[in-house]
Amino acid sequence: MLYREAGQFKSTYAQDQQIFPIRQDRVAVSLLLVVAFVVVPLIGDQYWLGALITPFLIFALAALGLNILTGYAGQLSLGTAAFMAVGAFMAYNFVLRMPWLGIIPSFTLAGLCAAAVGIVFGLPSLRIKGFYLAVATLACQFFVLWMLQRVGWFTNNSTSGVVTAQQITIFGVVFDTPARKYLFTLTVVAVMALLAKNLMRSETGRAFMAVRDMDVAASVIGIPMMKTKLLAFAISSFYCGVAGALHAFCYLGTVEPEAYSLDLSFRILFMVIIGGVGSILGAFLGSAFITLFPIFLSVASAWMSHAVGFEISHATVSNLELIIFGGLIIFFLIVEPSGLARLWQIAKEKLRLWPFPH
Amino acid sequence: MNRTALLAGVALATIPFYVSAQAKEQFVPVNFYWVGPYAPGGSGIGGGMIDYFKMLNARDGGINGVKVTWEKCETEYRNDRGVECYERSKKKGPTGATLVHPASTGITYSLIDKGTADRIPIVSIGYGRTDASDGRVFPYVFPLMTNYWSQNTAKIKFIGQREGGMDKLKGKRIAHLYHDSAYGKETIPILDLQAKKYGFEVTHIAVPHPGNEQQSQWLQVRQFKPDWVILRGWGVMNPTALKAAAKIGFPRTKILGVWWAGAEEDVIPAGEAAKGYITAGFNLSGANHVVIHEIQKHVYAKGQGEMEDKSRVGSIYYNRGVQWAIVTTEAVRKAQERYGKGKPMTGEQVRWGLENLAIDEKRLKELGASGFMQPLKVSCLDHEGGGAVKFQQWDGKQWKVISDWIPSDQSIVRPMIEASAAQYAKEKGITPRDCSKEN
Repeated sequence: MLYREAGQFKSTYAQDQQIFPIRQDRVAVSLLLVVAFVVVPLIGDQYWLGALITPFLIFALAALGLNILTGYAGQLSLGTAAFMAVGAFMAYNFVLRMPWLGIIPSFTLAGLCAAAVGIVFGLPSLRIKGFYLAVATLACQFFVLWMLQRVGWFTNNSTSGVVTAQQITIFGVVFDTPARKYLFTLTVVAVMALLAKNLMRSETGRAFMAVRDMDVAASVIGIPMMKTKLLAFAISSFYCGVAGALHAFCYLGTVEPEAYSLDLSFRILFMVIIGGVGSILGAFLGSAFITLFPIFLSVASAWMSHAVGFEISHATVSNLELIIFGGLIIFFLIVEPSGLARLWQIAKEKLRLWPFPH
Repeated sequence: MNRTALLAGVALATIPFYVSAQAKEQFVPVNFYWVGPYAPGGSGIGGGMIDYFKMLNARDGGINGVKVTWEKCETEYRNDRGVECYERSKKKGPTGATLVHPASTGITYSLIDKGTADRIPIVSIGYGRTDASDGRVFPYVFPLMTNYWSQNTAKIKFIGQREGGMDKLKGKRIAHLYHDSAYGKETIPILDLQAKKYGFEVTHIAVPHPGNEQQSQWLQVRQFKPDWVILRGWGVMNPTALKAAAKIGFPRTKILGVWWAGAEEDVIPAGEAAKGYITAGFNLSGANHVVIHEIQKHVYAKGQGEMEDKSRVGSIYYNRGVQWAIVTTEAVRKAQERYGKGKPMTGEQVRWGLENLAIDEKRLKELGASGFMQPLKVSCLDHEGGGAVKFQQWDGKQWKVISDWIPSDQSIVRPMIEASAAQYAKEKGITPRDCSKEN
């Protein structure tokens, strides 16, 4: 009843092409932005901002990057964590070695470095597809970590290989509190998500999807295969690189190669699969599920044992969390193989008809 | 109606009790790991720590009447979960977190800035960032007892003793097998420096996490033909290394482990292959210590013990947890001497307590921990405080102590720590404190 577009007419091309053609969507998204930018920093405490929402946003950005490559352009990759590592370490080095550059140009350059690495390791995609490509990108994962661990320049010759991310300062404003770091992350993520959304509606985005759906057909209708695939790798790695820089500077505060292991690559791939392959919203939903849900389970189990009054062994609880989490992943994939974003889409379609379905 | 009244009555009756109980509590986060490849370490240390707190609460009613409270949080030995646990726990209790044991070198690194900003001491006993021993640059970080570099000099001293003098080290070959992580890499520079000083040859061989695959590494060891192997392992890497050594026939009596490679959980899975293996240690194993007896009397006799497997009480990790708990509560006690006995202390006050902590032999005896751990004396300059290491050998059933407390060689370690800390201070724009002005 509330969610109905009856009476909303599009009379210009601009109106027809806007991101959210339905007025209710526009209102909802602007409300969401207001809440995220104004209300959340006001009411959220340090724990919520620093330990929950900031990592959620950062991983959403990384998942968004992988979604561009895997979901839109159809190229399976297991090198996401490596691209994040490149972004994190290069951001550290740019700030360290060129302090006059400023933080945003440093992050951009770090993202471009990740994009360059992405292009190099995207080259095999011109010849191989599917699982074989995933294995080829695995090489990137191992090679990048190996290089970061072995070449002292990247860590400024730190003995343990761990370096501390510098403070973020923009025009004299120091981003040191969780609330400020959150706002910085949110701004970057919001801008980049908007860019991604628009990119996917453009000619480039359509070329990506054509390659995904059938690359032979795409090349027959004149889409340059090399340019499109490598561009997908470059853009995806750029997003992952910026996410890596944010992960180091706004969340963990330290940069170490071990944090960007294969395990992280898999987790981001799971975010994409659970959230929804080929959907911007899916990246956010998947990230929320994978990063926040285990924490929710762990907090909930603490409440439970308080409420029940008798203490269950902590090892059992910790293992149970993993079991429940794994079970839910399987449940969601069976109920909706296209991910949480698809569930949301179905809900929207139902809402349009409610309360009078035909 | 009746039920509402009853509930209200119960609520009213409990409020004053709750308030007064809350005011006299000292909250300590227990952020460890009970799942994953490193669970034996995390669950053992966490269990020992909680059992000691329980014993203290039952026997003495806490620290000068302030009950110790705690809450467990699962970090999975992962940095991001460790940071999440820290953020979750730092505001709990009437005065917030007393101090944090990150229980992982990686998490320690991530918490240094956060702890310093939040005024919560980061205590890493036997691990963590080595150069944080320079308290002038790292006021809130305490790598107590013995840091990795100190331990390493003690190890080389021990090898020297076994070889019959430090001058006999010349021309010897040492293979350094390390866990490829921040923790494993920490001692590479100090080993290189000692190799130069004593004239032995060292090669560094990395084992990727988690370390259950070591074929190629031991092939390298065999090609290098070392006199000694220093095993800087963690978790599942240790039994795997011992088994691999047995396979190539390298004598286990010539393998020297770090203290994170020296628990029962590291050798029992290797079975016969572990016999004769030597490791360093900063706490002893065995249930035959007064403090462990006290725990058994006040906690386990009442069926309130933390360990499900009672045989682990008195194991290396368990005793390490008891030792960490002793340091924690003694720091609070010290802080209370200055800021008010019988009051819960804030992180800032406990920082002072830690920095002025002095546990001598007499105090150790009172604690029932004489011979259980080494005396500790911390200062503003020196956030390490101990620096001696004991060596123990696995005889197939238990750990046998085979050396006295071997002091570390601070003439090598201290200049390196100061240089490294100074570089950190420069990078971060920190002005080191002037220790003569601290009180």
